Amino acid sequence: MEQIAAVPELTISDHIVNDFSLTVATANGTGSQTSNLVLMHALFNMGIPVTGKNIFPSNIQGLPTWYSIRVSSEGFLARRELNEITVCMNPATAVEDMATMQPGGYILHDSAIPVAVRRDDVTYIELPVKSLVAPFKVPTALRAYVSNQIYVGALAWLLELPMEEIHRALQQQLKGKDSAIQLNLEVAQAGYDHCNETYENLAPWRVEPMAGFNDNRILIEGNTAAALGAVFGGVSLVSWYPITPSSSLAEAAADALPRYRLDPDTGKPTFAVIQAEDELAAIGMAIGAGWAGARGMTTTSGPGISLMAEFIGLAYFAEIPVVVWDVQRMGPSTGLPTRTSQGDILSAYTLSHGDTRHVVLFPSSPKECFEFGWRAHDLADQLQTPVLVLTDLDLGMNLWISEPLEYPDEPINRGKVLDAEQLDELAAEWGRYRDVDGDGIAYRTLPGTPSNWAAYFTRGTGHDEMSHYSEKPEVWEHNLQRVQRKLETARGLVPQPDIVRDAGERIGLISLGSNHPAVQEARVRLAETGIPTDYLRVRALPVNQTIRDFINDHEVTVVIENNADGQLHGILKLETDVPDHQLVSSRRCNGLALSARWITEQIITITQR
Amino acid sequence: MARKPTRPARASGKPRRPALNGLGLPKTEYRGRPSTLCKGCGHDSISQRIINVAWEHNLEQHNVVKMSGIGCSSKTPAYFLQGSHGFNSLHGRMPSVSTGAIVANRQLEIIGISGDGDTASIGIGQFKHAVRRNVPMIYIVENNGVYGLTKGQFSATADTGQSMKYHGVNELPPLDICIESLAANATLVARSFAGDPKQIESLLSIAFKHRGISVLDIISPCVTFNNHDQSTKSYAWGRENDLVLNIVDLVPPAEEIQIEDYESEIGIEMHDGSYIVLKKVGENHDPTDKRAAEDLLESAREEQKFITGLIYVNEDQEDLIEMLDLTETPLSHLPDRKLRPPEAVLDAINGRYTPLGTT
Repeated sequence: MEQIAAVPELTISDHIVNDFSLTVATANGTGSQTSNLVLMHALFNMGIPVTGKNIFPSNIQGLPTWYSIRVSSEGFLARRELNEITVCMNPATAVEDMATMQPGGYILHDSAIPVAVRRDDVTYIELPVKSLVAPFKVPTALRAYVSNQIYVGALAWLLELPMEEIHRALQQQLKGKDSAIQLNLEVAQAGYDHCNETYENLAPWRVEPMAGFNDNRILIEGNTAAALGAVFGGVSLVSWYPITPSSSLAEAAADALPRYRLDPDTGKPTFAVIQAEDELAAIGMAIGAGWAGARGMTTTSGPGISLMAEFIGLAYFAEIPVVVWDVQRMGPSTGLPTRTSQGDILSAYTLSHGDTRHVVLFPSSPKECFEFGWRAHDLADQLQTPVLVLTDLDLGMNLWISEPLEYPDEPINRGKVLDAEQLDELAAEWGRYRDVDGDGIAYRTLPGTPSNWAAYFTRGTGHDEMSHYSEKPEVWEHNLQRVQRKLETARGLVPQPDIVRDAGERIGLISLGSNHPAVQEARVRLAETGIPTDYLRVRALPVNQTIRDFINDHEVTVVIENNADGQLHGILKLETDVPDHQLVSSRRCNGLALSARWITEQIITITQR
Repeated sequence: MARKPTRPARASGKPRRPALNGLGLPKTEYRGRPSTLCKGCGHDSISQRIINVAWEHNLEQHNVVKMSGIGCSSKTPAYFLQGSHGFNSLHGRMPSVSTGAIVANRQLEIIGISGDGDTASIGIGQFKHAVRRNVPMIYIVENNGVYGLTKGQFSATADTGQSMKYHGVNELPPLDICIESLAANATLVARSFAGDPKQIESLLSIAFKHRGISVLDIISPCVTFNNHDQSTKSYAWGRENDLVLNIVDLVPPAEEIQIEDYESEIGIEMHDGSYIVLKKVGENHDPTDKRAAEDLLESAREEQKFITGLIYVNEDQEDLIEMLDLTETPLSHLPDRKLRPPEAVLDAINGRYTPLGTT
């Protein structure tokens, strides 16, 4: 285990500036979110690279919740395993939270929570929360909520975080609610003053304003960015069913659409958001919209993906555009509904019965969530097929520093749709499933098109080029071969992988999605220990030649992912012909985001084989 | 060399002109592909009613979409309105696909065709939620109380005590489509019998004009599977009578059951030898009175009769599209500039998430 340097001897010049992690332990439902977001935004506003991760239970009130904040002067945004400061506000977990504190660490605790076993290798800061809050006139219902500001003030004191920054962050969080801002600030100040009057600050960690890293960057949740992407991608129907951790994506869309997508001429909505009765109906509605020519989308997580499987097969074979966001959580079954995982990669790629392979996108940052938010609809329309976007709880529900959201650099692409004039010209030549361009993608028509040639009968059963029912073996085979051709076209259309090369031929790393920050950090650490690596970040399935070449170019390629079965590794094995020893799997699945330390250790072990 | 067949000249010398509707189209234009259902199936009769009414109402076929789930009934959209888009979707899921389609293009006229298995068994959830949302569409249940395509299992509308060769006696009470619809706040509920062309056509005409969802529960006898062992058309009967009927897919031809117009009640012998009583809503029934509609259905259930006719209608409740307050222009027709906000909007959004800047 990493050790924290001994504390008391340090002088000011030895301060560790903008490099530590702190965890706040509370019970859920006590309103600690405002306090944690205030800390996050205060640090972000100071220009400090910061990440916050909410580790929460599947519960409304009373169960343990942890919020971990990491600041990193080097700009590393991944989860760190080490924790220097713990704030204990939850009696239920205090014994364990205190016992697992690293030597040299600081424990800030509510004085109502006794220290069970006092250790001499950690420092305790006691916060008499009840008596500090007593002087304030706070309604009983809000007492616990406001009390959380005590630890905000205490941390501000410990880290020398200016109270003015706390004030500004409170203003950001509680927009316009002046009395609430004032009350929260005063309580935080009481926490600050108590520490200042009671203790000498011998802690080594300080925060200081930084320039550069946060400039022109944004702090946003992946789900919010994804929803905005869909808004700018012309989504017309969001049909969804609530499920953690995807609900906030649909809710962000429901919030953003009325702001940005009212018809400029009439002021009326150019969109609909429907909370369906279940996931089957949610995907069914989105497919109905796609079939009729409007962009449909649904948002879900693993269990919902399972329920949508039959419909996805229909859309795949009837060739109807639809976009599905899967914000992954831990499975199988209900699993850990509030913990992160990348366990749906394989099922999403081959979702449904029969032979199906889908376009699957893997965003790794809010910026990319936004990009795939609109691009997924273009791809679905171009390829006339379901497009699944796989993100996860870690990316979707946590705040991330990201490059700003980038306006689409290409116009909306509606794919091959024939209008009445074109149809009248083609007349009997047009067949719904006839491949005239050789790319496997046929031309479709929309209901309501005023031409005698427009109508066709959509079905999931066997059909010929004219969409007539057929059970002839050669017709079935011919159709599947065309769909296969379409998949080949998709390989070239989907977002290409991101590749960083600086090692030459020895070690390649392949990863995806929210693992990106941890892989980036691990690569720096590995390079420092003399193990340079190349890195390919898969941004989409199906795989293409670039990915095959990368694997072939390296002695060994390690596929790093957050699931138990090594699912991406399995797909790459299936779709490339490299020998086993050349493509190895590093996977972990414990409900937490991958850490750079774990990846570093994995790679070192592999290189020592 | 083969000779081209020549058409014999008409005796009168004057070609007979087919009747044309207001759009100048003959009724044949409203037909579909040849039906593949069993001969005498009530479903085909319903398809013909749709063809008639669509032709009489001068329906623009390109504005109509035919939606269905899975089952014998769900195959029928291929057999009418050849000029309309059709969508044979998933078992029990036609309502959600229809909901999405009408949201995408509010100008479409949706004719949904379902069966009792598709609606009352696997699809009861989507059915009731589409009703609850008042999705503007005609929702026809071709109700025969049996699964035909999978060869004769009970559906949720099968009668209590009904027996089936491989499945014994149905002990469960049937779901009543009309009662279920009313309970889900349907805005139009009607029932008819597949062999009653006049009543179906008049109900279809009303449904085409209705503002929200129109649920038409049409009793449509299955000529093949809804048969008692005692029935002369059952397989058991066939076997005992030395007919080669031990192959499951041999379907004895049957005559479609047609009825004459009736005053208030009529008893009908079904293909399986069972007997149903249709009872027309009386002249005194006020179809805008929901409590009266509920009473009517409950009393008929006690009497083991099927109430036919317009049972309930509510023209006041707004439909889903009105509720969503969508643009008059269908969402599917909106130009790109209305689907993608300008770049300045995104700049402003980014601005809201950037750091405040150091003090």
